[in-house]
Amino acid sequence: MVLTSTGFIGRSVKPDKSSRFLTGNGMYVGDIRLPNMLHAALLRSTHAHARIRRVDVKKALGLDGVVGVWTWREIENRISPFPESFEIHPVRWLEGVKPVLRGPRPTALAQAKVHYVGEPVAIAVAEDRHRAEDGVDEIGVDYETLPVVVDPDEALKAGATLIHDGSTDNLVFSFTIDKGNVDGALGAAPYRLRERFRHHRYCAAPLECRGVVAWVEPKTNILTVWSSTQMPHLVRRQIAAQLDLPEETVRVIAPDIGGGFGPKVFVYPEEILVPFLALQLGRPVKWIEDRAEHFISTAHGRDQRHEVELALDETGRILGLRDRFLLDNGAYNPMGLTDAYNTAAHLQGPYKIPNLSVTGTCVSTNKVPNAPYRGAGRPEAVFVMERCMDLIAAKLSLDPAEVRRRNFVQPDEMPYHAGILYRDGEPICYDSGNYPETLAQALKAAGYEALRKQQDDLRQHGRYLGIGIGCYVEGTGVGSFEGAKVRIDTSGQIVIATGATGHGQGHETVFAQIAADLWGVTPDDVRLIEGDTAAIEFGCGTFGSRSSVNVGSAMFEASARLKEKVLRLAAHLLEANPDDLELSGGKVSIRGMPQRSVSFSELARASVPGWASKLPEGLDPGLEATFYFVPATVTWSNAAHVAVIEVEIDTGKIKLLDYVVSHDAGKLINPLLVEGQIHGGVAQGIGAALFEEICYDANGQLLSGSFMDYLLPGAMEVPKIKTVHLESPSPLNPLGIKGLGEGGAIAPPAAIANALADALLPFAVPVNEIPLSPSRVLELLARPHPFPLSQEGRERMPRAKTQSRQGSEK
Amino acid sequence: MTEKLAIAMTVNGKRYEGLVEPRLSLADFLRDQLGLTGTHLGCEQGICGSCTVLFNGETVRSCLLLAVQARGGALLTVEGLAAEADNEEPLHPIQQGFIETLGFQCGFCTPGFLMTIYEFLGENPSPSEDEIRERLSGNLCRCTGYQNIVAAVLWAAERLRAKSDR
Repeated sequence: MVLTSTGFIGRSVKPDKSSRFLTGNGMYVGDIRLPNMLHAALLRSTHAHARIRRVDVKKALGLDGVVGVWTWREIENRISPFPESFEIHPVRWLEGVKPVLRGPRPTALAQAKVHYVGEPVAIAVAEDRHRAEDGVDEIGVDYETLPVVVDPDEALKAGATLIHDGSTDNLVFSFTIDKGNVDGALGAAPYRLRERFRHHRYCAAPLECRGVVAWVEPKTNILTVWSSTQMPHLVRRQIAAQLDLPEETVRVIAPDIGGGFGPKVFVYPEEILVPFLALQLGRPVKWIEDRAEHFISTAHGRDQRHEVELALDETGRILGLRDRFLLDNGAYNPMGLTDAYNTAAHLQGPYKIPNLSVTGTCVSTNKVPNAPYRGAGRPEAVFVMERCMDLIAAKLSLDPAEVRRRNFVQPDEMPYHAGILYRDGEPICYDSGNYPETLAQALKAAGYEALRKQQDDLRQHGRYLGIGIGCYVEGTGVGSFEGAKVRIDTSGQIVIATGATGHGQGHETVFAQIAADLWGVTPDDVRLIEGDTAAIEFGCGTFGSRSSVNVGSAMFEASARLKEKVLRLAAHLLEANPDDLELSGGKVSIRGMPQRSVSFSELARASVPGWASKLPEGLDPGLEATFYFVPATVTWSNAAHVAVIEVEIDTGKIKLLDYVVSHDAGKLINPLLVEGQIHGGVAQGIGAALFEEICYDANGQLLSGSFMDYLLPGAMEVPKIKTVHLESPSPLNPLGIKGLGEGGAIAPPAAIANALADALLPFAVPVNEIPLSPSRVLELLARPHPFPLSQEGRERMPRAKTQSRQGSEK
Repeated sequence: MTEKLAIAMTVNGKRYEGLVEPRLSLADFLRDQLGLTGTHLGCEQGICGSCTVLFNGETVRSCLLLAVQARGGALLTVEGLAAEADNEEPLHPIQQGFIETLGFQCGFCTPGFLMTIYEFLGENPSPSEDEIRERLSGNLCRCTGYQNIVAAVLWAAERLRAKSDR
């Protein structure tokens, strides 16, 4: 199949199709109102670790408007537990990596113990939300508190408090991947580096929290569930499994989603409880997570500690790398080894590393579960590797850009085999790209050489300018599959249904552009249906920079199949040979005879069965084809980020002066949308690097549970981002596409940390952890805080405590 | 808490009456009783700005105001914004600016931004980029990195100035 000449792919088509968001007509889960609807609210654990002695619901049940309260006892025999993890690891990967993998199975409501502050204990249902919350307030729980484990290193020690009943230790999983001989490389190398890094815990914080509405449609008995999810098909599967229903009697709809960024990729207790209650009560039930709940119930991300050893030659080339890291998983492990293995798989980045050993260990603690968040293990890997690049530069007095150039995989080495498996079980093979050029373009856009000179001049005047680089590669478009059902309806429109579920990426625009080029129409002639399990039988969802790659490819293949049928039907109607026909302007015509044509609408109507049908012998009714694209493996995007900062050494404040992203995500479909994805990703990465941190105290109480304590970057904090686009098409899919949704968020922590270390080079400070708040910068400089905290304030500052402990480790 | 109070207000030029519990927030009143769900709740703590509406011509956080406090007032929500433009277009120039520059992605924070910008451009028809960023700093967006929202404001400001010059 060839693309038509309409040329919408590659154009900055504007998002006219999404104008409902500007008029208040978006339809999010919270906006759904059904007749006779009830409202649910959850009682969540106030303790990080405690045994539940008794739950008393009598008072709650006596309140006006409260319909019922459910605890573990009422669901015990009705809702099956969750699986250990929702991630299905491929057999080939399991056989290759041989991880130790354990994990408890969470229940929808806490059984005998609570394991983190926020774990659901009971759910109340009432005539309105206020009354449901009144009910929750009146539930009494008698807790017997238990020792709390918040430090992942402590959690691993022999004799540590066990978080889950029936376990013998707190280990969740561990694995090691090797290539070459790291011990040999470290033993023989002329230079070695050894360093520790910590990538802190933070969270996706989509502006829309989670939410679920469930309703049993009376005529069909179909349980219809609206959820703010990235994975409607997975939610359907899980509801059916845990409530013991045939999957076909459950329909899950992801309506407009107010941001996802990762934590909406798996199934939460409420997504099972609310449908259960709708079935029990025979009335629609709605639950909307509020922001305070979100911080203690929706998965957090990152939270890794690394110990790295590097073997180097005299020129700064890496001869070997050993990394041992620990991931603080929180109380449960919804997504298996996804984050940790992504970290291991992306650690080498765009560099040639002949000898490698990575050991990842994951441990339970009494915190909110940890799960993928935009980048999913990659920002952690890139932070470690890119800090190492700058440490090599400092050790050997080289320019940081030069160290990278010396270690890059070169363009003539593509495709490059990285020597380890990806998490799809396939050997990692960088399929295309020019890493030196990506960096060169970033440095050029930043004015690198001039900045270096300016840096020297400013230092003479006691001002500290820093330039930081962050390079990465990203495996994108991961399987296991995604489908597209392509249909021509009787109005002549192209209708695309897919299991992917956008939440701001602009799927309506992007997929319409692809379909327009495939069918010789305009994006206005295309309708997209997604986020509805009734629209397509199978689906994965939108995560992992995968939708354009997988859906675009599925659309391509499905369209090729449908086009054969369309041409046969048109040939029959036009009394022509299919080979003499062409598509253009929503019509099929005989080449060279545009007046001999039949429109898509006429073709669709001709394919309706019955007396008016004009189908020839051998063609089935309808113009529809479905294809499920199973990618051979991931395709590798790459990018180089440059951050330019100035640090005030008296206040510790970092000001971002400039930020450049040079990236290569293969063939671009819509540069305007690409830039939007990059800007947003970078803003989240800036938040991670400078502002955002999930803080717990020693009792496992969350200290950063609102937007007053958990600081999202605002319009004043995010600078204007410069972007440079390179295009190395992927050879792995028919459109040459690579993914980019996560990319922007991957490198900023590394680039900004490098910029800080660079700015403070005269002080030789170890920038080994983030976020780089003013107080952390001052601590690094061992300078007094300009506004000293009272003793009481100090005790309440978890960050200061963590810092001193971290400091003593170094 | 069950005793209900009678309230009346004008929303988007239309008069509404209702009986509300004193504890009902203005946002919940708009969303649940009037069905104007374009006003979104992102934090219910007055920080994110998604629920911003105009109350007697000034922006307020409708999550922090009780419905009874808005009694007798005139409100403008995102649903009424297009009608405020002196044109026949389906969108206000501020809304159109968001389309032109991709000032939105998931759309959840967008109504709050639109209302903030509407008030801002009324006060300052020719803002600099720095002034725009400062004014937008009370609204959180998690998708766009703000750059294209700033561009949307500049686009809309120019369009509005051109119109008022005519």
